[in-house]
Amino acid sequence: MSTPIDYLLHLADNAVVLGQRNAEWCGHGPILEEDLALANVSLDLIGQARLLYQRAAEMMGGDATEDKLAYFRDAHQFRNYTLLELPHHGPLVGYAAADRDYATTIVRNFLYSALMVLVWDKLQQSKDAGLAAIAAKSLKEASYHLHHSRDWLVRLGDGTEESHARVQAAVNHLMPYTEEFWTTSPAEGSAVAAGVGIDVWALRPDWDAMVNEALEEATLTRPNFHGYVTEGKIGLHSEHLSYLLGEMQTLARAHPNATW
Amino acid sequence: MSSTVDKVWATLEHLTDPEIPVVTLRELGILREVREGADGLEVVITPTYSGCPAMGQIEDDVRACLEQAGIGARVITQLAPAWTTDWMSDEAKEKLRKYGIAPPHHTPKDVSVVKFVRRAPAEPVACPLCGSTETTVTSQFGSTACKALYKCLSCQEPFDYFKPY
Repeated sequence: MSTPIDYLLHLADNAVVLGQRNAEWCGHGPILEEDLALANVSLDLIGQARLLYQRAAEMMGGDATEDKLAYFRDAHQFRNYTLLELPHHGPLVGYAAADRDYATTIVRNFLYSALMVLVWDKLQQSKDAGLAAIAAKSLKEASYHLHHSRDWLVRLGDGTEESHARVQAAVNHLMPYTEEFWTTSPAEGSAVAAGVGIDVWALRPDWDAMVNEALEEATLTRPNFHGYVTEGKIGLHSEHLSYLLGEMQTLARAHPNATW
Repeated sequence: MSSTVDKVWATLEHLTDPEIPVVTLRELGILREVREGADGLEVVITPTYSGCPAMGQIEDDVRACLEQAGIGARVITQLAPAWTTDWMSDEAKEKLRKYGIAPPHHTPKDVSVVKFVRRAPAEPVACPLCGSTETTVTSQFGSTACKALYKCLSCQEPFDYFKPY
């Protein structure tokens, strides 16, 4: 049985997983300004995740805490989009052979923040006042994330031959994963029924318009996609999530209740 | 307003932002309210950016300050209404400018999210050093989430711009 709590966890897991992924650039950014930018985006995302986990823990009652939700659930219990857990590279060939490919990072952040400005905007009217308050804050942050990633999308796409090829490869690689945005999970269904969540399908025309306009300005082509749709938001993940969580959760699990 | 509430305001008045020590928590709009609740005094603070690492420090500072003054009050964090840079007073903005941080413009009003994202109206940001509006953005994120990096094309000064939020 899904409840609006599962919906909060879906939103929180999205934020924490992308926050963790982006933070992998800390100290490795392609230029200093981008190192700082990605770290700041991560801070916002992890901050949003904390607020959402706190709200979920409050609704769950008992001994639930934000830390337990973030650090003591396993991969199959996470409800994030598969898109967000993928490494910062495409298939390990050609242009994308580097361990971290900034074009992949930028495209992922663009596709996700274009969705989230629409989601947070609508969630400001959620019947759950706690979630509505989080949405109002997160919307302001997501707008800056979208500005940042969209600017870079255009800069790389309309840049050199190499930057164009790499960002186009990233678009081709990641776009199919966005199909997961538009299927309704049981958690989303129950949250919509309770007036807590929003019908994400209704956001698709606006998202498409935003994405198409940006791709056009970046001189990029949107690939056609028909095929397998990932199901991270019902807990069926790629092999990459366990590694990500392994790193993120190791300290809390090795030293439970540690503080500093 | 009771005298106890006044006293708490006065006690907390000198507390400044840990990262921008020229403006007080009240001027920034982080310190929202002091009230007499059912279980005693309550001090309400609101976070700026969701992940601002200074919030923990700010809460500790408020608690320590109250304790030192012998005031028993609960510190409550409240999310709604969401913090906005529009709450900053003109005085606070002037203090920021003198400190070398270009103060935030007003947040865009009545602009739909999608439109706002497509083309943010590029209001000129004046250099806090020479006042020139011939400036350019270097990066939308600076030393903290709340600031962007700018450069003045007239005097060449690199500076922080406190972003509208």
